[in-house]
This record gives sequence, C-alpha cells and structure tokens, in this order.
Amino acid sequence: MIGARALRIEDRVLLRGAGRFAADTQRAGELHMRVVRSPIAHGRIVSIDGTEALRLDGVTAVWTYADIADLPAIGFRLTPREELLPYRQPVLARSIVRYVGEPVAVVFAESSYLAEDAAELVDLEIEPLPAHLDPDAEPVDWVDAEQASWAAGHGENLPAQDSEASVFTIGYGDVDAAFSSGEGRVFTMDARIGRHTGVPMECRGLVAVYDEAEGQLIVDGAAKVPFWNREAIAAMNGLTPSRVVVRETHVGGGFGPRGELYPEDVLVTVAAMRLRAPIKWIEDRQEHLMATNHSRGQHHRLRALVDDDGYIRALDASFTLDQGAYVRTHGATVASLTASMLPGPYVIDNFRVTAHVRLTHKTPAGTYRSPGRYEGTFARERLIDTIAHGLGLSREEVRRRNFIGREQMPYERPIEAMGTHMVHDSGDYALLFDKAAERFGFSTIREIVSRRRAAGERVGFGFGYFVEKSGIGPSEGARVVIDDAGGVTVICGASSVGQGVDTVLAQVVAEVLDVPHDTIRVVRGRTDQFQYGRGAFATRLAVMAGSAALNAATALRDKAFRVAAAELAVSVEQLRIRGGVVEVEGSEQGLSLGQIAGLLDPLRANDLKEEPGLSADGWFHTDHMTYPYGLHAALVRIDEATGRLEVERFMVAYDVGRALNPTLVEGQIAGGVAQGLGGALYEEFLYAPDGTPLCTTFMDYLIPTSAEVPDVETLVTEDAPSPLNPLGVKGAGEGGTTAVAAAIASAVDDALQQPGAIDAVPITPGTLHRLLHQTTTQHLTTKE
Amino acid sequence: MTRSTVPVRLYVNGDRYDIEVEPRRTLADALREDCSLTGTHLGCEHGVCGACTVLLDGQPVRACLMFAVQAEGASVRTVEGLAPDDETLHPVQKAFWEHHGLQCGFCTPGFLTLVAGYLEEHPQAEEDELRDVLSSNLCRCTGYQNIVTATMAAAEEMRG
Repeated sequence: MIGARALRIEDRVLLRGAGRFAADTQRAGELHMRVVRSPIAHGRIVSIDGTEALRLDGVTAVWTYADIADLPAIGFRLTPREELLPYRQPVLARSIVRYVGEPVAVVFAESSYLAEDAAELVDLEIEPLPAHLDPDAEPVDWVDAEQASWAAGHGENLPAQDSEASVFTIGYGDVDAAFSSGEGRVFTMDARIGRHTGVPMECRGLVAVYDEAEGQLIVDGAAKVPFWNREAIAAMNGLTPSRVVVRETHVGGGFGPRGELYPEDVLVTVAAMRLRAPIKWIEDRQEHLMATNHSRGQHHRLRALVDDDGYIRALDASFTLDQGAYVRTHGATVASLTASMLPGPYVIDNFRVTAHVRLTHKTPAGTYRSPGRYEGTFARERLIDTIAHGLGLSREEVRRRNFIGREQMPYERPIEAMGTHMVHDSGDYALLFDKAAERFGFSTIREIVSRRRAAGERVGFGFGYFVEKSGIGPSEGARVVIDDAGGVTVICGASSVGQGVDTVLAQVVAEVLDVPHDTIRVVRGRTDQFQYGRGAFATRLAVMAGSAALNAATALRDKAFRVAAAELAVSVEQLRIRGGVVEVEGSEQGLSLGQIAGLLDPLRANDLKEEPGLSADGWFHTDHMTYPYGLHAALVRIDEATGRLEVERFMVAYDVGRALNPTLVEGQIAGGVAQGLGGALYEEFLYAPDGTPLCTTFMDYLIPTSAEVPDVETLVTEDAPSPLNPLGVKGAGEGGTTAVAAAIASAVDDALQQPGAIDAVPITPGTLHRLLHQTTTQHLTTKE
Repeated sequence: MTRSTVPVRLYVNGDRYDIEVEPRRTLADALREDCSLTGTHLGCEHGVCGACTVLLDGQPVRACLMFAVQAEGASVRTVEGLAPDDETLHPVQKAFWEHHGLQCGFCTPGFLTLVAGYLEEHPQAEEDELRDVLSSNLCRCTGYQNIVTATMAAAEEMRG
C-alpha cells in the first residue's frame, strides 16, 4: 500500500460539492464582519467616524483601534528574532497606516451585503505621508519610540527604529582570505526576484462563536497551524487553551500564506466573545491581494571566487528582502532560509551571506512555497551559468565539478537552517543529473535546439539544480483507533491544505494493518481531537505525520497481537495480520481487528492487563531536516515579433527518498511548477509611486491558466532514502517550485544567445522584446 | 432603512426553490445561502477564476456575475446536480477522481460544471479545443495537466 498509486480518499466528497470550506459554515444569528482598510500607503490617522455606518438598520458595531486597544500585536510563530519585535502588526492600525489594505476599522452587520454597505459609510480622514517603497534605498525612520515599545510588547522602552528591521550574517570558512589570495577568477551576479505570492483559490475566512453551554470558543475555518493559532487566540481572549476549539474544515489551498494568524482572525474571535454572537468573516479577492501575505521580493548580489576548472572556492553574498509594512508570524523565516539554503547542492569551501530585512509601505510579506529557495536558487544558478560562460565550460560541467559527492554524505554544512544543524542527510546529485539527461533526452534536445536555431527560431534549453529541505520537527503524533465493527480511524495533529495528507496517512496505516486504505477515516486539524500538532508547512507532514502514523499503527498491531495471542492461547510469534484479521499461521484460527477491539472493553481489558480499547498512540521526533534534491529543465521558444515566450517542455527530476504515493508526488510537482512559472513569467505585485497597489484583481495579477502551463514531465527517483525516519521519505511539496525561475532564465538566455541577459523575474514579453530589439538597435547604430 | 426583496423562482438540479432576495443578490450567493447549495464556490467574485461556474439552461455561466433575479424561471445545474445518485459519479467527476484532477478541491466544482456542460454539447471535442475551454477557469494546485487528462478521459467515456 505504501508506494501505491492509491486513489485519494478525500475526493468523493469534494467532487460532489459536499466539502465544507470556510464560507460554508452558517450559524443562526451570525453577524458578518467587514474590514475597513486604508486606501493610503502611509499616513497619519486624523479621524475615523462610524456614525453613518451605525445608522444603517442591522449594523451592530463599528470598531476602531480604541475599541481593541487592550490587544497586543500579533506574535511570531517561527524564527522570532528579538530585533524584529518592534515591527509587529497591531490588530487595527493605531495612529499610522503603513500599507494600502491595512485594517483601520471593522464593521459588524446582519448580512454580508449590509456589512459592505456600512464599511463604505465609515468616514476616514488620513493625512498622507511620503511612501517608502524601495528596499534598496537607504533605510528611513520607520516607527517612533512609542510604537516600537508598544509593538515589542516586553515592557521595555525602545528607541525609534528605522526601516532596516534586521541585518544578520551567516557563513563558514574565511571568505575574505580566499578573495585576497589573488588566486582564481571573480564572478558577480546581481539578481532580482519579483514580489508575488501563493494566492490559493479560496480566500481566507473564519467563523467563530462562543458556545455558552459548553463554555468554549469554537473557531471554524482555520488552516495550516490550528494548534499554534489556538494558543494565540486563547491568549488574546484571556481564555485557557482548553476553552478554545479551533477546527480546520476543508482548505482551498495553502502555499504558505493561508492559515497564519492575521489581524482579521483575531478580530473575528474577539468579536465572538465581546458581541456574544457568531461572527463570520469571508475575505474577498481584492482584499486577499492586498492584505494576505505577499512573498519573494528579493534582490541578491553574489560574488564568487572560482578556479579555472570551475570549482567555487568562495561565495560572498548579500540580499535585501522587501518585508512590506510589518513583520508577521513568520518572523525572519524567509530571510533565514534564503541565507542557509543559498549554497544548494555545491560544496563551496568558504561562504558568507548577509541578509537585510527591510520594511516598505507595501503589504507585509511571509512565506510562499519554497520560501528563500526559489529566490536563492534563481540567484545562485544564474551565477553558475555566468561562471560557465566566463570560463568557456558547459553549464552542466560547472555544476558537476561543484556537487557535494555521494561519498561525502551525510554532509554537514556548518550553518543552521530553521534552527537545526544543516546536514544533507543523503543524496547522489550527479546520478540524478545522469538519470534526468537520459530520461528526458538532453542531448537530443540540444541537437533539436541547434537545428531549429539554425532555421531562425528563437529556442533555448536551460536548467537549474537545487536542494530542498523538508520534514522539520520537532514532533508529530498520531492515534489509531479501531471500533468494535473494525472501523479504523486515524486521529492526529496534522493539517491539510488540500495536498492529500489524509490519503497518505491512510496508506501508511493500511500497510501495517492490511486493510483497504479507503475504509480508513482520518481526523486532523481539530484541537479538540488531539493535543499537539505543529502544522502543514515546510513540507513536513509525509515525514513527520507519516512516521507518527506508522509508529501508531505498529503499536496498535502489537497490542492486537498480544490480545489475540492471549485469547487464542498461542504465542505472538505465531501470529500475522492479513486483511485486517489477526491469524494464526498455518491454522484456520483468527480474530478480526473488530473482534479484538470487542475483547478490549474496559472490564476485560483490565483482566488482560491492557488499556481499554484497541487504540495506540505513536510519536515521531527529530531534530534534523531531510534534504530532497532535484533538477528543473526547460525548453522555451520566444516569438521574435512580440516577445511572447512559450514553455514548450518543462522537466523535473526529483529524489524524494521514498514516494508514499507517486501520483500525489507527481501532482505536487506539477502544481508546484505552475506556481513557479507564475513567478517566473506572469505574477508580480506592482505599486504606483505613492504606494497604491496596481494588482488587486485577477485582471492585473496574472495566474497561469491551462493555456500557459505545459504538461510537466516528471522523473521521481528513490535513490537516496532519508536515514532520519522509518519511512525513508523526504517531502515532495515544494520541489516543483524551487528552480523554475532558474531553469526558465537559463533557457531564455540560451534562446536569446545572450548569456546573463536575464537577471530578474518575472520575465515579461516587454523585457524579451527589449532584449531582442536591443541587439538590432546596436547593430543599426554601428552601421550608422 | 429596510431593503426591498423580490420573489424569485429558481429550478436548481430539478428542484424548485421559491426564495425572497434583494435584487442585487448574486446568483452565487442565492444558491449558496438561500438554497443551501454550498458546492458552488466563490474564488474571485469578478468573473475570472470560474470557481462559481454553473450551467444555466445548459450553458456554463459565472454565478458571481449574475443576479439571482436574472435566473428567474431558468434551469440551473450546480455541482450537486451532476451525479445521478448518491452512489454514482458523473463521468467527469469519476475521471477527475481517477486521474488526480483535484487537490484542494476548491476550484473543482467550477471545472466539473464547465467540462460537463461543454462535453454534453460537444462530445467530439479534441484536446486543443478542450485545453482552450479549460483555460476559462483557474486552478492553483494541479498545474492543470491532470485536469486536461481527466477531461480527455471523460470525453471518451461520454462518447461511449
């Protein structure tokens, strides 16, 4: 069952339209919340007047900061660097607004239409201040001492802070000594990655009610990290965590932004407590594009010292990250991951990178699928191509000369990633290159490209290599329970953002108990059903929850064997499990799991010296991540006249150690590629000089459709199982995205026959037209 | 201020719904909230993403771009009305399941109604044509290729 292309157990419900997404929860007497957002990127709030709004029949309340001034700023879930505290976001703007879309007031009304009407009647007077939009510009004053001290929230008085929230450097070896040795050649790369983000098809939403009968605050529509959010919501509302129930329903995509604790989420729960009514908030798409976390938005400057044979002796890097207006729950996660994953699959003797996290008057930024790796891989792989061109070596050769060798695994790089020591647990990077070249026919592709180019076509082939990370700990747990009728339930702390985790966990348990996976029910993302759960992020669940489910199912099987052995008067060694029945080898005797569950009623279990019920818990703990790796390759064609780029082929080779369900792994890769293509070619949040966002609809924020995304060719290999977990698995969630921009840029350079021409994404038709036209213009100029 | 409502009669999936709505109420909201058919999803509310696609007298339309009053007397088919019964899936639903044509499932109802509506009228449609039709809607999870594969498989099944 593990490794089978099993059909998903989630699908029947979703296909029939019977799922329950955030907006599908309706409660009698509910009030609809509508957020009034700043139309100004930077300004001082003079007044907010809700009088007219309150005159509307059915409008219950209008809140501004004064109404919730007792609430602290929203805390960091990950990478909580101390120096970032003064930049945390208040639930409603205090006296200054810092981005268009910042919540300044909130309206509660009997219908969603009425709430929108009322929100439009809230009168805002905001005195505009200059907007600071360029993270590369010199830092400016950002928050005054009062705001800084308030946002930091630790009771100390802080001075005013500028827009550079954090600068940190990590590395190893001696970069300066290497560069001053006078040996080798120096290559530089200046690379920019545009601001874009996950944009799940379901906007955010939350429904909360205080259930007086139960004495609990019930929160529906959570995603990704319900357990962490429960703690935060409990603290914000002055409740103990056990009086808050956070439930994940169906989730319409995650990708990083969805499910984090945002100001709106806090407001929904606080309103449910204070207004004593069910509160429903469903974000609309325009709000989503200016209020939900943006991501990427980095500018890298790399400098490499390289031997004549292409071996990189030192890499000296710095980058700026456009953080937007506040630092939200991710803290310094993106900057930190960018820094530590920058060396990728290469040895690089000496390494140093400096991260600059800088605030701007734009939507705050957080993680998006392959955070830091998409950006860093683009910059690094562009550099490798530049080195290859400069030394007259092939792009493939330079990469091979720098790969960490199979014999060097596990390979420790003396830096940290997400607070763990960075150890590439297993891998054979050169082998995967060989396999990809053979499967996809790289030499044939090169020949075809030459032939078509000779015939006048603008075609190009390129690739990027990368290392991903997955399976961040520290812990995950699962409980397997079997009822008297033999029904199997897995209860766990995992979450699903739609990636198919239920199916994979069911497959793992089905393997151990030898039952059909589609008879298993999976309960997850509900804080009243399990005590701990870290969440659906960082491609961690196949590793963490998968291993926990394996351990739980194994413990349950052991328990079933003990009970069956006692009941049948045989030894445990004589037993085996087949089709959910514990059988005595070589005899007709056997007990179904349901019968064994029946033997474990409390009274009889006591006689058997077992805990009542056929259930078992399993845990999995780890203090290291696993490191999957892969290659992306692209064949592109550019239309000479219009600059339109067509991706004719996109190929991904990825080693995941062990594919628990190859169909789902391929699905993750194909979906990841589509998102990577968005960032490489179409998606970018642009701003007017005054900080007004220009991309707030799907007419100007362009998500690729089936007309733009080619069928992705995938090669999933299992050559390097992880030694760090019992399944040998590495996560598959992000590797489809990581090197898309790098591979496309490499292919476009090749098509243009202009090495190093592409140093920024997204690559627009305008850019390509200019690059194509530029050559012609220079040519004409020379002639004149 | 009281808002005036008007009576609207909708025929959805063969059932008659007599509802009272404000004239400005969208068809999508009326289906979801007044008819309790929450399978029709709202992904953008400006007619681009297609998650709210329903069949109006057999034609795929964006339910977010229509008022409920405009559907007065019309026959509406939503995702809930595709399968013939509780046990059987429509060929398009079955193909999406078998070919992993969905992940989070949020955009899925829109794709299913779009494809079912199109294939019922154009059973002979070829891949290029279907890919073009599919570009009407957005999916953020699958990268579309399994949706294309599923659509081709459904077309074949429906041709019989």
